[in-house]
Amino acid sequence: MTDLPTDLRYSKSHEWVRDEGDGTATVGITDHAQELLGDLVFVDPPGVGDNVEPGGDCAVVESVKAASDVYSPVTGEVLAVNEALGDAPETINEDAFGEGWIFKVKMSDPAELDSLLDAAGYTAMLAEED
Amino acid sequence: MLIYEQSRPGRHAPAQAPQEMADLSAIPESLRREQSAKLPEVSEMQAVRHYTRLSQKNFSIDTHFYPLGSCTMKYNPRAGNSLASLPGLLARHPHAPETHSQGFLACLFDLQEILKQVTGMHAVSLTPAAGAQGEFAGVAMIRAYHDARGDAQRTEILVPDAAHGTNPASAVMCGYAVREIPTGSDGDIDVDALKQVLGPQTAGIMLTNPSTVGVFERRIEEIAQLVHAAGGLLYYDGANLNAILGKVRPGDMGFDVIHMNLHKTFSTPHGGGGPGAGPVGVSQRLEPYLPIPMVDFDGHDYRWLTEDDRPHSIGRLSAFAGNAGVLIRAYIYARMLGRDGMHRVSEFSTLNANYLLKRLMEAGFDAAYPERRASHEFILTLKRQAKELGVNTMDFAKRLLDYGVHAPTTYFPLLVPECLLIEPTETEAKEELDRFIEVMQIIQQEAQTDPEQVKQAPHSLPVKRLDDVRAARELDLTWVK
Repeated sequence: MTDLPTDLRYSKSHEWVRDEGDGTATVGITDHAQELLGDLVFVDPPGVGDNVEPGGDCAVVESVKAASDVYSPVTGEVLAVNEALGDAPETINEDAFGEGWIFKVKMSDPAELDSLLDAAGYTAMLAEED
Repeated sequence: MLIYEQSRPGRHAPAQAPQEMADLSAIPESLRREQSAKLPEVSEMQAVRHYTRLSQKNFSIDTHFYPLGSCTMKYNPRAGNSLASLPGLLARHPHAPETHSQGFLACLFDLQEILKQVTGMHAVSLTPAAGAQGEFAGVAMIRAYHDARGDAQRTEILVPDAAHGTNPASAVMCGYAVREIPTGSDGDIDVDALKQVLGPQTAGIMLTNPSTVGVFERRIEEIAQLVHAAGGLLYYDGANLNAILGKVRPGDMGFDVIHMNLHKTFSTPHGGGGPGAGPVGVSQRLEPYLPIPMVDFDGHDYRWLTEDDRPHSIGRLSAFAGNAGVLIRAYIYARMLGRDGMHRVSEFSTLNANYLLKRLMEAGFDAAYPERRASHEFILTLKRQAKELGVNTMDFAKRLLDYGVHAPTTYFPLLVPECLLIEPTETEAKEELDRFIEVMQIIQQEAQTDPEQVKQAPHSLPVKRLDDVRAARELDLTWVK
């Protein structure tokens, strides 16, 4: 397995979140998640202005194999969504941690990030799942 | 080749030409067609060959072994079709008065009674026109029950993570929030997790038993007690009824509402989207809410039960009474089986599944739940093959087509990676099962020695490996000349 970005936090349900340092965060699904799903054909992002919370499904990614809910790792309000995914859902397959981001959120409680996994913790969880 | 591409101006088939010109006088001039319809112009023989060839390209239960898990692709007895095609049934108008429909109504009434007995439910309505509509009706009745009691705080339906996707969809359609219950490593529901989420907000739980992972939910009695104690109701998804037919009854397990897929368990033609029949059965406390119409018998005459008889009904689901032709076929099937035949269905379907499972495990395939006895279906996981050989479940499934076997269900349930859900049904002979095992072994061998052969399959079919990703991304459904 390739090394995971260490500047991200990870959820057990395979989302990543990047603290942008200004009270906002960017959320996507991990490379492992896109690999399990296979070629994505559709992304249904949250609406800008939606309130999201941990454990609540807020987006859907759909591949030829399955449709899967995306859960927000943190509480907050959606500031922006990655419109480019509408025409090119495969961006998530190609660059899950970069261009394949799904939405940006204004965090209500940045401390929530601490309860998420770091790269080492997520790697350990994947190893256990395997 | 499309039949339109064979078209030549002026060519025609006398057999299809109208014998006399239709009388158009009743159709206003303004509504009449000015140009003739763009129909293909072909000879009679071209038409015959075209459709015969198309039919030969079909994979169907009449031509191929079809172990499509969770779909119960069993043989559909021809007798069902011939009897359901009797003129009295076929030509009966849905508005025909009850006095002219006593035979038809008697068949439906008897079917209601048979389904009550075989499921252990208190009452049955046949009207839902498909499994999904049966589910919707079932959850709508749960909702009607709580509403009638003024119990408005119940907003959640619990669904196991292995459930058919229709379960959460039905719950949402009825206005409920869905909460997922995890499955343990032995295939049973995680009862501790269930206990944690049960509460005054629980409207009910939707279960399939045997579940979609192909094993019997062993703690069902305890689950029923827990859910009932919390004030919730139990919904039984009848998708896997074939495994327990005539042996165990959902009513006895404590379920309050059930839908049955007659097109599966009661052997009417299905696949390709229908038509289906999804009757619902209920315990006594839900009876007032059953969808109408139903059929009643006063010892002398049969009649429809409608709004007047059932003021608390959730209502009608279609203009008439569901798919009558499917219901009649299911009735004929049930009568042909009789009480003794009914339990042989589950005996042979589980025997066939367990035979296949055991032999495939001996042949080196990994069962998802190796320590569990299969129900009428079971799951193999090809995770190891995918990892070691780069040949995945989809490749196996496509290669099976080359050998004349319809692929089992692939990649469902989602919680088992690289899975094949295999359901042979009771109507397959041992020889056919042995051939399937043999073919699986051949493909396994090919995956080791010539993986490309498997990864590029199918090779022998008119359509090769489809680019399903591109098809989904660039959907194109129109043919332009």
